[in-house]
Amino acid sequence: MPFNTLNIALADDDPDDRLLFKEAIEEIEIKTKLSLFNNGQELMDYLTLPKVILPEIVFLDLNMPLKNGMQCLNEIRSHERLNDLLVAIYSTSSSEEDIEETFVNGANIYINKPNSFSGLKKAIEKALQLNWQYHTSSLNRDNFLLRL
Amino acid sequence: MRVYVKFDFNKTCKTVLGEQLDTLGIKYVLHGAGEVEFERPPTQAEMLKLERTLDRYGIEVMDDQQVALVQRIKDAITEWVQDDENPKKYNFSTYLSEKLAYSYTYLSSLFSETTYSSIENFIILKKIDCVKSLIIDSDYTLTEIAHKLNYSSVAHLSAQFKKTTGLTPSTFQKIIQKRKERASIQ
Repeated sequence: MPFNTLNIALADDDPDDRLLFKEAIEEIEIKTKLSLFNNGQELMDYLTLPKVILPEIVFLDLNMPLKNGMQCLNEIRSHERLNDLLVAIYSTSSSEEDIEETFVNGANIYINKPNSFSGLKKAIEKALQLNWQYHTSSLNRDNFLLRL
Repeated sequence: MRVYVKFDFNKTCKTVLGEQLDTLGIKYVLHGAGEVEFERPPTQAEMLKLERTLDRYGIEVMDDQQVALVQRIKDAITEWVQDDENPKKYNFSTYLSEKLAYSYTYLSSLFSETTYSSIENFIILKKIDCVKSLIIDSDYTLTEIAHKLNYSSVAHLSAQFKKTTGLTPSTFQKIIQKRKERASIQ
């Protein structure tokens, strides 16, 4: 097996959601290292630190204080060093407009927060599996869109 | 006095590997999961030298046939999906086991162990990837694309697209179109 562990970051202001996400991701087969952030500002401060270890994939809640998910997404996409990051939006909103808007702004994955733990685990698993395929195979990452 | 250090293992490995590869003097590209692509095949002597130097760092050159085999399965899938001339006279499992001379059962379990996915899933993924590029870069209609990639109908293609990406082909097209428009404004 290649030596890879996926580095993952999650920004969500709800402590319960963060905890659930952490527990779910620990139960799936793909090896991951998760960093948690309380809001978008904390996440962006971290990502723009010099010499920071960039995660392979970032999960963003849309509604957060200080800096919301959409602002983070825009900053990531216009930042030279962060531009390649895979961004997954992780939100309760299921409005088609919101979803389309995030994709157009450069999100790769949109996950509607599932209302059960098993649903959450399944969604994260699918997102990471697919991410893994894009990570290790010659698939076109520009076209990587996934809605769960 | 004690000093504590923290490792970024991926980076550590890549840096060590890179430095040692530099000493070899052959141009190379490092790919994601521990894969090195050389511009020209190294001679046997060079390979031996590389194996020795890397061994000191606990890095092993895998002439691991399994990894190579998984890559060959992926290549075969790509070829199979993209070859629209292929009349598909036999099914994929026959094609694959004949091409690689291993039983399909073996290939399929090997593939699942190493990739967190199954051969069947990967075929679908590859096909959808193909559909995406055709939607974006060509003037083919969805009907033509379905025919080209051997879907029995447009409905089948749309359903598989939706299941794999969560989006319909037309929503996908709309999003990519809007992204392009936005990029051209900026």
